[in-house]
Amino acid sequence: MQKQCGAQSIKFENPPVIISGAAVVGPKEGEGPLAKYFDEISSDILFGQSSWEQAESEMVRKGIELAVQKANLTMDQIRYILAGDLLNQGTGSTFGVRSLNRPFFGLFGACSTMGEAMSLGSILIDGGYADYVVSAASSHFCGAEKTFRFPLELGGQRAPTAGWTVTGDGAIVLAKEGDGPRVTAITTGKIIDMGIKDVNNMGAAMAPAAADVMVAHFRDLGISADYYDQIVTGDLGHVGSELLIQLMEKEGYDVSKNSTDCGIEIFDATKQNTLAGGSGCGCSAVTMAGYLLHKLRKKEINKLLFIPTGAMHSVVTAQQGESIPGMAHAVAIENM
Amino acid sequence: MDQTESGKKQYQELVKEVSPNSKLLANCIRAFVGGGLICVIGQLIKNFFLAQQLGEDSSRLATVAVLIGGSILLTGFGWYDRLSEHIGAGAAVPITGFANAIAAPAIEHKKEGFILGVGAKMFVIAGPVILYGTLASILVGLIYYFVR
Amino acid sequence: MELIRAFIVGGIICVIGQILIDKTKLTTARILVIFVVAGCVLGGLGLYEPLVNFAGAGATVPLPGFGHLLAGGVKKAVDEQGFAGIFTGGVTAMAGGLTVAILFGWLSALTFNPKEK
Repeated sequence: MQKQCGAQSIKFENPPVIISGAAVVGPKEGEGPLAKYFDEISSDILFGQSSWEQAESEMVRKGIELAVQKANLTMDQIRYILAGDLLNQGTGSTFGVRSLNRPFFGLFGACSTMGEAMSLGSILIDGGYADYVVSAASSHFCGAEKTFRFPLELGGQRAPTAGWTVTGDGAIVLAKEGDGPRVTAITTGKIIDMGIKDVNNMGAAMAPAAADVMVAHFRDLGISADYYDQIVTGDLGHVGSELLIQLMEKEGYDVSKNSTDCGIEIFDATKQNTLAGGSGCGCSAVTMAGYLLHKLRKKEINKLLFIPTGAMHSVVTAQQGESIPGMAHAVAIENM
Repeated sequence: MDQTESGKKQYQELVKEVSPNSKLLANCIRAFVGGGLICVIGQLIKNFFLAQQLGEDSSRLATVAVLIGGSILLTGFGWYDRLSEHIGAGAAVPITGFANAIAAPAIEHKKEGFILGVGAKMFVIAGPVILYGTLASILVGLIYYFVR
Repeated sequence: MELIRAFIVGGIICVIGQILIDKTKLTTARILVIFVVAGCVLGGLGLYEPLVNFAGAGATVPLPGFGHLLAGGVKKAVDEQGFAGIFTGGVTAMAGGLTVAILFGWLSALTFNPKEK
């Protein structure tokens, strides 16, 4: 069987199994509508640590350990850990896996990292390079604010198009064999830049990348949009999701009925005052490892297209007046 | 995806259409009331110091000191950002907003040490204000020197 | 009456800031710079003084008042010291307020830890 499929997709010969998943989140996520699907909700945003950075790493360690434990494995059975986050140089992940003593690939795909980690993890498994792989991604509201915006205590109003960074780490264990839904195909996105410069409207910057990878996925696999029970994007939020539906309509696909967004699902925008919705690497990661995996296992969803989205800018490029390039990875997950 | 100039333009138009705007009128009313009240508090404090026979200059400085001190205390307790979430520019434009801009990064970057953390980051926003204020004062002084 | 005038003028200055923030997407840092420079220039032209006389704290508490203070300081220094005053006036005028802000800001870093929203 041909593994390469179309222009930018892979159809796995032996689709890797998601044997477990764990989501560790902060207090605000624990008050949201998905609370009951998370494994651990910390009432302390510092996770018992003394800085935001340490807190994120603690979350990463906990999430990965929990996922491995739930898979009934020991840490030394894990061949690779693939993880990434939003802090400079990916320190949230590196410091988090420091004590785990496993081979590690540090990734950066901004908020699309979970898609990148699952794609590469599946390739490693199907290629026969590993029996067990952990794919994880994390973000921390306070750490991200400090990195990308201004100090927390600085006054200011949020734009209605701005997202709210999710505090959480989502980790899944991929395996060659086992019980659970399988990653059947992936489509790797391209960097798409439509010239959006507003850092308070990241959904608008990322929507074209999501649309692009989705169209490529349907074309490469020769399927239509209604093949999937659910198409779930990462953190486009309310504004980006509306844009995505319109962009897809122009391409001749109707995704208005079966698509939603992790950023929309994870918070109650009116009650929790999260404006456009959740964002950050953790947003799609915890929604996948907690909520979506649960739905797949219960067979409430049987065919899922998971598309984490990322805004690939930095503080420096934004200050230099550059536009915000978008990124998206499509991961098809099915019960077989 | 159509990443040509015309494709980008078309998309940016669509973004404008879909993105909700800030509620300008409501924001302005809240900024008006909130900012106005901070000024009234300032006036009351100054009147108090004037009544203590402190003199114009000292009263003015004492007023500024109380406003700045109050703002920084609120910042420390994490209340100033909540206030400004409601009254926006009403909290940013008064001198209390300037104080908040000094204290907020100082607290946030404490973990990076007292020299390059607190010391340097304290001026992330206040620095430009001091810089351009000083430059503007030199300009004013220069012109005044020649035309007075 | 004095308080009402302070309320209205102070409020209007803040509304100008709000419109700038919402309509131009300028960051708060830029707004603060613009207001201080504008206050200094208006003060230099003698246009801000009447507003201060009318509204008191309504004109001195917002940041243009800080700029106006700098302009007043530099003029006074030029009157007293001549050419040297161009360079000493501004910083001298802001010395009190700035020192208080730096002192309290540093003390706050000593006392408080960052808090979540």
